[in-house]
Amino acid sequence: MTSNQIMFAIFSGIIVLFSILTVTTKRILRAAVYLLFVLISTAGLYFMLNYQFLAAVQITLYAGGIVVLIIFSILLTSHISEKFEATEMKKSIFSAIAAISGAILTILTILQYPFVASQAPAKEVNMDLIGKSLLSYNVDGYVLPFEVISILLLAAMIAAIVIAKKQNAK
Amino acid sequence: MINSGIPLQYFLVLAAIMFFVGVYGFITRKNLITILMSIELILNSVNINFVAFNKYLYPDKLQGHFFTLFVIAVAACEAAVAIAIIINIFRRFNNIDVENVDEMKY
Repeated sequence: MTSNQIMFAIFSGIIVLFSILTVTTKRILRAAVYLLFVLISTAGLYFMLNYQFLAAVQITLYAGGIVVLIIFSILLTSHISEKFEATEMKKSIFSAIAAISGAILTILTILQYPFVASQAPAKEVNMDLIGKSLLSYNVDGYVLPFEVISILLLAAMIAAIVIAKKQNAK
Repeated sequence: MINSGIPLQYFLVLAAIMFFVGVYGFITRKNLITILMSIELILNSVNINFVAFNKYLYPDKLQGHFFTLFVIAVAACEAAVAIAIIINIFRRFNNIDVENVDEMKY
């Protein structure tokens, strides 16, 4: 096994193990911490594929932003030591059947399709190229989605403030 | 070659497993915040797919890379709005289990 394969095995092992723990653990704060491990190993996969900028965004936005937001709202809404009651047997069995059969179907389809890896030389991804592509309106330019996402961010910010604001009693 | 020894299928299988674990969590969980975490798992698995396709099938382009960036931004917006809603629900019902939140149902 090459070092690449060993790294991939480690990352995928962490991802599978901790994503299962995230959806099955009984303590909510632990679920958030397991989710953090999953997101950081995903950033590791991006580093392996040579997308350093994407990995940095993954760590700062997902691991740094969203998980902290989730942990804050957990602390605001539930006791840390609180435990969930176990899911009903019937419900968890049927959900597991649905999820596992879906996974088997998808994996079989993936393994049967002959993907042909392209031999074209990989593009060097640096900050210069990313910034220019985000603001360019030529071919391979992404200025329209960039602007749309800025409006979406503004709208989400205003919406979050309006929704979470304390309503006055009428 | 960066992708020496790891076929594209490994990434896709990994993402598929992660996706369906997220679906399982989405169905079985009752707490709204854990449902939100399952959604983050699902979005993350989709991101892995985009990046792997970009690297293996079209290494001379960057569509998958940029689409992943936009998906991450949308996930951040979604988390912010969802948590605002969850906090509002908590104020009104004093807990955040989906089964208790049925005021608008009928």
